[in-house]
Amino acid sequence: MLSAQDLACTRGDRLLFTGINFELRAGQLLYVLGENGSGKSSLLRILCGLRSPEQGQVSWQGEDIRRQSDAYRSDLIYIGHLNALKDDLSALENLSISCSVLGQNDGAVRARAALQGLGLARCADIAVRNLSQGQKRRVALANLWLSRARVWILDEPFSALDTAAIVLLASRIGEHLAAGGMAVLTTHQEVVIAAVTVQELRLT
Amino acid sequence: MNGAWIAVVRRDMLLALRRRSDVATTLFFFVIVASLFPLGVSPEPALLRTLAPGVLWVAALLACMLSLTRLFAVDYADGTLEQMVLAPQSLTLLVLGKVFAHWLVSGLPVVLLAPVLGLQYAMPNDALLVLVWSLLLGTPALSLIGAIGAALTLGVRGSGLLVALLVLPLYVPVLIFGSGAVAASQSGLDAGAYLSLLGACSLLALALTPWATAAALRIAVE
Repeated sequence: MLSAQDLACTRGDRLLFTGINFELRAGQLLYVLGENGSGKSSLLRILCGLRSPEQGQVSWQGEDIRRQSDAYRSDLIYIGHLNALKDDLSALENLSISCSVLGQNDGAVRARAALQGLGLARCADIAVRNLSQGQKRRVALANLWLSRARVWILDEPFSALDTAAIVLLASRIGEHLAAGGMAVLTTHQEVVIAAVTVQELRLT
Repeated sequence: MNGAWIAVVRRDMLLALRRRSDVATTLFFFVIVASLFPLGVSPEPALLRTLAPGVLWVAALLACMLSLTRLFAVDYADGTLEQMVLAPQSLTLLVLGKVFAHWLVSGLPVVLLAPVLGLQYAMPNDALLVLVWSLLLGTPALSLIGAIGAALTLGVRGSGLLVALLVLPLYVPVLIFGSGAVAASQSGLDAGAYLSLLGACSLLALALTPWATAAALRIAVE
């Protein structure tokens, strides 16, 4: 269970949000909604542990994530605005190396299958710099097909994707939730994701 | 060996292979500086021999510093650094992988080129050997200490100058022991003590700097 207790965050002198509480259990999906600049990305970064909250804490399995970061991080995948791809490496190299950095050693084999599933089979061996924005996003999201993490934290995962890829990704998130995973995501698009329980958190 | 560590080294080596110009810039700088001195100063062998340890070591040190700003900057800009911070492996270990790759790309070639450049300074053979040893023992310390500077200046404008200011004072002992070793061997003394001190510098840097660098990187991504 991932939970937040009384989170607050400031940027500069400005208070972005305060008093954020939620509990996310297996199979649940949390939408973080709000206008541009309302602190959605900051909230997601706090949930990952990349940023420390001004106040409050994030707990994983009942314990503060700052006190058990290794155990939490091996259960976590975060995809932010940046794709974390190396322009000079091919899609396949990018994926298999990032798998190894995350501690999975069978990445190379599964990476090709994941790229195929996302319709990138022909681009797998081309340097990422030659791909379009949407294709780069697909390569970054292919990590979700390789991940064994239980908590997915996705910042605007649907941006730059075409409708076919959006459907693919939505069904992948649905699969993950059905298998007992949990997901937190921000989006400005109306996307239907099959989930037992959907929570919404609106930042103002 | 840890798979994540190897993956980080492999990624940086692959990137260095794909962008050879970056690597070449560093080496080119080293070769140019070391070759211009004999032309500019005097062809007098005795004078060149006296100059050699200092000039070669300063050139090696500046060449290493030249590539420092790139050490984490690209990873920071493209989001790879965030993913490294979030990896379940210890960030300290991954930092060591990055620094090792940096040394392989910018330190090791300098070590291998140095004896060739040393010939221009009419250095005797045993002094050339000590030069290679001193660089081999000293350049890891340069990469390790430099990594702290590179991590602390991430996202700062004019980071090149700032890295130099932060890192140069810490480089001074390495420079003194390094050129001291070569000078000692040229004047017929035993360079062993200097080399041991250089090795000690590198070991101390290996023990302390990866933690400091990892802490600086965590602050940078926040």
